[in-house]
Amino acid sequence: MQQQITLEIFRYNPDDKEGPAYKKYEVPFRKDWVILDALNHIKDRIDGTLSFRWSCRMGICGSCGMKVNGNPVLTCASFLEKLAPGPIRIEPLEYFPVIRDLVINMDDFMDNLKKVRSWIIHEKDDNLDEEYLQTPDQLSDYKQYSMCINCMLCYSACPVYGLEPGFMGPAVIALAQRYNMDSRDDGNKLRMDIMNAEGGIWHCTFVGDCSAVCPKNVDPAGAIQRYKLEGARAWWTRWLLPWGKE
Amino acid sequence: MKHQFEPFWWSWFSAGGTLSALVLPVVMMIFGISVPFGWIDDPEYDKLKSLIAPVSSRILIFICISLSLLHWAHRFRFTLYDGLQLQHLNRSLAILCYGSAILISLFAGYVLWNF
Amino acid sequence: MTIFWWTRKKSYLRFILRELTSLAVAFFTIEMIFLFWSLKEGPDVYHEFMEFLRSPVLVFLNLSAMAGLLFHSITWFNLSAKAIVVKIGKARIPGKLVASVNYIAWIIISAVIVWILY
Ligand code: SF4
Ligand code: FES
Repeated sequence: MQQQITLEIFRYNPDDKEGPAYKKYEVPFRKDWVILDALNHIKDRIDGTLSFRWSCRMGICGSCGMKVNGNPVLTCASFLEKLAPGPIRIEPLEYFPVIRDLVINMDDFMDNLKKVRSWIIHEKDDNLDEEYLQTPDQLSDYKQYSMCINCMLCYSACPVYGLEPGFMGPAVIALAQRYNMDSRDDGNKLRMDIMNAEGGIWHCTFVGDCSAVCPKNVDPAGAIQRYKLEGARAWWTRWLLPWGKE
Repeated sequence: MKHQFEPFWWSWFSAGGTLSALVLPVVMMIFGISVPFGWIDDPEYDKLKSLIAPVSSRILIFICISLSLLHWAHRFRFTLYDGLQLQHLNRSLAILCYGSAILISLFAGYVLWNF
Repeated sequence: MTIFWWTRKKSYLRFILRELTSLAVAFFTIEMIFLFWSLKEGPDVYHEFMEFLRSPVLVFLNLSAMAGLLFHSITWFNLSAKAIVVKIGKARIPGKLVASVNYIAWIIISAVIVWILY
């Protein structure tokens, strides 16, 4: 078995005069290591200036997403062994501004998340004495979409997000659906107007790669197509039955 | 991109996509492949003509044709729009694609009307 | 982004091929319009048109279009199963089942068309 494996890592420091560059690092090749272990090895033993985000090491926090050999993955869930013999190229997620090395700026996603009101909206004032009960069946309507960990892999896989400035992208739309389908929520109509506007669902051409890379099986592509169906239905009701309810 | 009419065009795109997926391959298999290769005989003229003559079949055919064309228009518009990165031509692309689909449908309507 | 972004990944290439099947749809639809036109014009024109379909260029175009149409049908049936959420009672019907309903409809419609024509 090989002893070492080479990582080619994207390095960028905004304070340096030189632009971005790839740097090579040799790390021990261990069967039980994921990419994130190798990165931590580099940071602890070889080059303390390397910057990257991580926290849980178990696919929950969603902060360790990077492009590995061109594919967006969670680095805490990708074993070195699967990528042997190397070299392995590690880059920040595509389409995001780079803050430093492998750290990206995801403000755009955060802003959009607010824009689509990704929280439960009540039409009437909250009655604090009353509980909002939900059956397991009602929960199952949106549970899949609620599994999203905001890892941004789907954005990195979406060419339309790269091509169309302003497109809200897969996870935000899936998360809007997560609240639309929640039996306790009344924000459907509000979100539909946002989704029909610039930046919304109609930019999507169903490339489908977002669902393929999602580590949590959220299926954002499916969520968007469901949304389009719903949007089209609402459109025809508005035009054909102006007196009808959308 | 103006989104006001996206749901409208998308609806035709979807309906046309479903219809063309269900209907076209078998018709192509007959007229485009089996007949030219001589695996089956040409459909007889009189039989074909009398099959299509009733108004109901002509309406059905017209629906298939126009929806398939609108399916093409919408899909092709986005292929050019994203694939060739012609975002700045959005309006012209829409007019070109939907316009030609409608024109060809009108021609089909003319042919079927005077059948 | 480069203009060739769709060559970067296999899934993107598949996507662009899927989108280009719309050309096959349009091409064949126009061919059909001319078939109906030839039927309208009379038996001679019809037979001439059928001869025309036998020319090597048309056979080649039709074979390529057939590949496109098949790819369109298959991808369409599989993907529409993702957009359509069918529920029986409380349970969501799995996508595979929705897709197989599509395929069954495809077979039935194809059979009916062959039966009507022959
Ligand atoms: S939808 Fe999936 S890929 Fe996208 S951010 Fe959420 S968990 Fe990550
Ligand atoms: S470190 Fe938390 S998801 Fe990878």
